[in-house]
Amino acid sequence: MAVTTRSKRIKTAYLLLIPGFAWLFFFFFFPLGSLLATSLKRPLGDSPEAGFAYALQFSNYSQAIAEYWPFYVRAFTFAAIATVFCLLLAYPISYYMAFKAKKYKYLMLVLIVAPFFASFLLRTNAWKTILSSEGAVVGFLNFLGVLPQERILSTSFAVILGLIYNFLPFMILPLFISLDKIDKRLLEAAGDLYATGNQRFWKIVWPLSIPGIVSGTILTFIPASGDYINAELLGGISDKMIGNVIQSQFIILRNYPQASALSFTLMAIVLVFLYLYLRKIGTKELL
Amino acid sequence: MPKNHTVQDLYLKNLTKRYDDFTAVNDLTLTIPAGSFFALLGPSGCGKTTTLRMVAGLEEPTSGEILIGEENIVPLPPYKRPVNTVFQSYALFPHLTIYENVAFGLRRRGIKDIDKTVKDMLALVELTPMAERKPTQLSGGQQQRVAVARALINKPDVLLLDEPLGALDLKLRRQMQLELKWIQKDVGTTFVHVTHDQEEAMTMADTVAVMNEGRIEQMGSPVEIYENPKTTFVANFLGQSNLFSGTVKGIDGELLAVDVNGVTLYVPKSKTNITSGKIVVGVRPEKIKVVDIDTPGLPKNQIIGKISDNAFVGVSTQYVVESPWGQELSAFEQNVDPNDLGYKGNEVVLAWEPRNSFALDPDEDLTAGIEPELVSN
Repeated sequence: MAVTTRSKRIKTAYLLLIPGFAWLFFFFFFPLGSLLATSLKRPLGDSPEAGFAYALQFSNYSQAIAEYWPFYVRAFTFAAIATVFCLLLAYPISYYMAFKAKKYKYLMLVLIVAPFFASFLLRTNAWKTILSSEGAVVGFLNFLGVLPQERILSTSFAVILGLIYNFLPFMILPLFISLDKIDKRLLEAAGDLYATGNQRFWKIVWPLSIPGIVSGTILTFIPASGDYINAELLGGISDKMIGNVIQSQFIILRNYPQASALSFTLMAIVLVFLYLYLRKIGTKELL
Repeated sequence: MPKNHTVQDLYLKNLTKRYDDFTAVNDLTLTIPAGSFFALLGPSGCGKTTTLRMVAGLEEPTSGEILIGEENIVPLPPYKRPVNTVFQSYALFPHLTIYENVAFGLRRRGIKDIDKTVKDMLALVELTPMAERKPTQLSGGQQQRVAVARALINKPDVLLLDEPLGALDLKLRRQMQLELKWIQKDVGTTFVHVTHDQEEAMTMADTVAVMNEGRIEQMGSPVEIYENPKTTFVANFLGQSNLFSGTVKGIDGELLAVDVNGVTLYVPKSKTNITSGKIVVGVRPEKIKVVDIDTPGLPKNQIIGKISDNAFVGVSTQYVVESPWGQELSAFEQNVDPNDLGYKGNEVVLAWEPRNSFALDPDEDLTAGIEPELVSN
């Protein structure tokens, strides 16, 4: 009797896992496999309209990398710069929210999440208007004579600015959570044990916020390096990132194998970065 | 850890802490002798933790002085005071090893060659094998000892302990009470221990100060304040008491005769300044004998009542007896010989020696200090 109830219970557990696994299979592993297969296809004619056949054409990869490597470099550079600035901006904001804002903490949190209520595309387009050469911002900066190219739009600066703006909340939220989690009494205890304000920060707050920094930088860097909207809307012809190349290969040129190979390469590089990064930080520090 | 480094008295002088419309600590004056184990005992919200935090420098007094020896430490920031704190729930640094937690204070002061000091301290609290672990890998009692070691290593004049055993279970708490007491004897530092647990305060402290509503109600050795409470609050908060409102009838040798609803109770004259008029007589439940009506040779104080409830708790039986005037009285009977009085409704005599009575001011609230939610935890 007991045995049947137990095996029944195990059966129920497996049954409950089915939707999750099904989801993972149909929406992750299956598309991923399909992408991998596509990336190795060979063309049947000279133009993409002729179609592609399943093959093991690894030259798709070498060709993709040889031709488009500068776009990878640019994408990772932009993403890295944006991530650094996001961290520099997010840390004081999150710190303030966690330690100083008190009753305004959650109001601030709502304000930080509020932009998500408008679409990503719309918000980036709004920046296009704000930064346009006819706009007040550029007009004023030109009046001061501080813009080397006399414009902001269609510069790398605009793209990075867009990336910072769009991904800042992804840095703030995990940082805020890890800072907010810090027991405030630890700071009292540190003060009781002769730590000055500076030491309290560097010996207690900073090390305890490292998990937040790690998840924040990952959540910012990965989507930023694959992004194409910011470069598309805010950048010029020489500011294209790898995301733009993939987008045009897929949508405009319909060179699916090439686009898939580019995507797969991007994914692989990001995974290597992630591995090196986490190994460098060390999981011990992550508590 | 060198023994007997010179420690000095801690002296609180007219110390007051007022929040907007609430006085947490009210004109507190108190001397805590160097090297003593001092307990500040009181219910939550009585101002004991606020007092402690003012000594630590985590709260600023509204007025008054805190002196260590001759020096007023109120103007000093926490890190300049010769005081360290064992925090409630310990506040150990979760990202540092036990060794680094203990070394923290020494490192912040830039002291060199700390290895031996830290290792000696870890040995004192018997945590040497745990040095490289993180706090979360330790049991509650071990974490507690780390918190003590981390504070003591700085050789403070005064060690403040804020409900340090509150998070431990009963058995471990008993053990830690003795361990802390032993550590205190060993290092000779003044310990100021804040607690709401009267048993803990009495077990550990040389001197207990019972605090209520921002004031000290009574201060003295555990025996002194238990046997001779001076206020109804102390009588009820520290252990249990039966309190009787009565009127002084006269003097009978060394005893004061008090009429309580027609029953005469006696209390030593020496225990009160009251010689006439209204008075409150009290007695602890364990001083009372519960016996059959016709038992000969009973002590002088006697009340006849009916058992309304009894509970056998092993070492004793706890009786609730209803007096003729309807007051519920509590009596604990040691389980020396099992007796058969324990039937509800039985008429019994409650009897006790006059010397075990105490007398209180009649103007006080007889129910002060009774906290139903804190019964014997």
